[in-house]
Amino acid sequence: MNAPMSKPRLTTSAMIASIASEGQRTVAAPFGNALVALAAGRPDIVGMSADLAKYTDLHLFAKEYPERFFQMGMAEQLLMGAAGGMAKEGFTPFVTTYAVFASRRAYDFIHQVIAEENLNVKIACALPGLTTGYGPSHQATEDIAIFRGVPGLTIVDPCDALDTEQATAAIAEHKGPVYMRLLRGKVPLVLDEYDYKFELGKAKLLRDGREVLVISSGIMTMRALEAAQALKDDNVGVAVLHVPTIKPLDTEAIVREASRGGRLVVVAENHSVVGGLGEAVAGTLLRAGVAPAFRQVALPDAFLDAGALPTLHDRYGISTEAMVASIRSWLR
Amino acid sequence: MKPDSPDQLRALESAAYRIRRFALRMGEVQGQGYVGQALGMADILAVAYRHALHYRADEPEWEGRDRFLLSHGHYAIALYAALLEAGILPEDELETYGSDDSRLPMSGMATYTPGMEISGGSLGQGLTIAVGMALGLRQKNNPAFVYNSMSDGELDEGSTWEAALSAAHFGLGNLITLVDINNQQADGPSGKILGFEPLAQKWEAFGWHVQRASGNDMAAVLAAFDAARSHPDPQPRVILFDTLMGSGVPFLEQRDKNHFIRVEADEWQQAIAILDEKQTQAGDQQ
Repeated sequence: MNAPMSKPRLTTSAMIASIASEGQRTVAAPFGNALVALAAGRPDIVGMSADLAKYTDLHLFAKEYPERFFQMGMAEQLLMGAAGGMAKEGFTPFVTTYAVFASRRAYDFIHQVIAEENLNVKIACALPGLTTGYGPSHQATEDIAIFRGVPGLTIVDPCDALDTEQATAAIAEHKGPVYMRLLRGKVPLVLDEYDYKFELGKAKLLRDGREVLVISSGIMTMRALEAAQALKDDNVGVAVLHVPTIKPLDTEAIVREASRGGRLVVVAENHSVVGGLGEAVAGTLLRAGVAPAFRQVALPDAFLDAGALPTLHDRYGISTEAMVASIRSWLR
Repeated sequence: MKPDSPDQLRALESAAYRIRRFALRMGEVQGQGYVGQALGMADILAVAYRHALHYRADEPEWEGRDRFLLSHGHYAIALYAALLEAGILPEDELETYGSDDSRLPMSGMATYTPGMEISGGSLGQGLTIAVGMALGLRQKNNPAFVYNSMSDGELDEGSTWEAALSAAHFGLGNLITLVDINNQQADGPSGKILGFEPLAQKWEAFGWHVQRASGNDMAAVLAAFDAARSHPDPQPRVILFDTLMGSGVPFLEQRDKNHFIRVEADEWQQAIAILDEKQTQAGDQQ
């Protein structure tokens, strides 16, 4: 009988897989900890979840402020409707679930109860885009496409722990409904090495470069920065414009950067090619009469496979290596 | 006035008469409207706005008010009639019902109308909002009640039952749900669209204090509201009101029933005349 040691170790398709690469610096629960800190001075903040507090880092808030935490059960329509009711009574609910359930199951309640009355509800949802290997039931590949059509709904897609922490404070300050893509658990820390501060509605140029302009949001900004470093070795200059607020979009910064001479514009997002940041940027540029060479690094318009995240990120072109390869091929 | 005295009932009957009349006048303005539902709910709304609810007519957003949520937004014409009766809306505004730029759109919207707490109409949402408001009031130590008014059709929506579970789970004794059972949905009789009986047992099994009463018997409506408000246990309350669409206008009561009662142009004034005559007779009997 052959020894099992020759067998390769299988990677995992677990629901909660880390998005941090090996050896990357991480911060635990930046959203949960930021909310706990904020809530000390904000008695209006309440936390609500649909049986996913533990998996959205809201359990930290629940532990610190049990009298302000409401477990609504696995009932996302109720979660959003009741959050609207709470907001009508003057509270600022932070509600959490997975992005698939908020966008697909509770959409009408977010649209009609929360957004139509411009209620002050903050919807923070874990597992955005392709951040779980669990298959389409849990992969929110079109959440931004779904929510971009809702008038007055602010959409935030933070990059890392720093972004998440600062965005949490900023959306609490903002009056009105917000959908935030939530990175939970051990979240990579990247942006502290850049002169960066999250500002709601503002895009930030993290680095400049002459050949390529990457416009990115969420975890793809982290990948874009790594890709830029790799392409530097090829003498390809890559600029990275981080766009953590998808709506309202910082069209001024996007048009300004995309107008700067002859660069290939690549929009990178952890989302379907349909209806996300890529098409939002494309529309912005067309309307402004700016027509650079334009490419998208994004998930295909398809129901994605289950599997290990590194495998899937490679397969669908959103790993750093795949992104570098794509940009190289487009520059040829 | 002693509770449940003949005087009180007469005063409530008069209020219901005026609510029906306001609804018919609004219907006439547009030549349409969910007037069958408004006539059917008039007695319930009379008790709500002339007996049960705490509110300030000149301060619709007064923090101490009882919240009345119109989950079935298409019943807006009924609630406008009640808000006119309550003095929350001025009578001359009735003429604008359903017109462009009016504060009285055909489906209820919170941002348009004083006294309209929510934008209902996407059916099955009101009770979820009511749960949040009841939790919020409790959190603020505000003793106000939340009333959620809903249609029997909304019993089809899963979210109604999510909210029903939740209200009992949280022991929301400050929540009163009113279900208008007129047995008419868009495609036919409610029971044939998606059977929901035995309804009282369902709500009881969900942990609610349950009453079932005729929604067009003033004494029964009054007693049901009083019992719901004074129930001592920390549990949500529901009143299942069986109502008759078109109630108070016999030729509309008898009309081939469905979700939307057709009223011809010359019939609005006929219907109002019938109401007026009945009211005069009731006055003569005193």
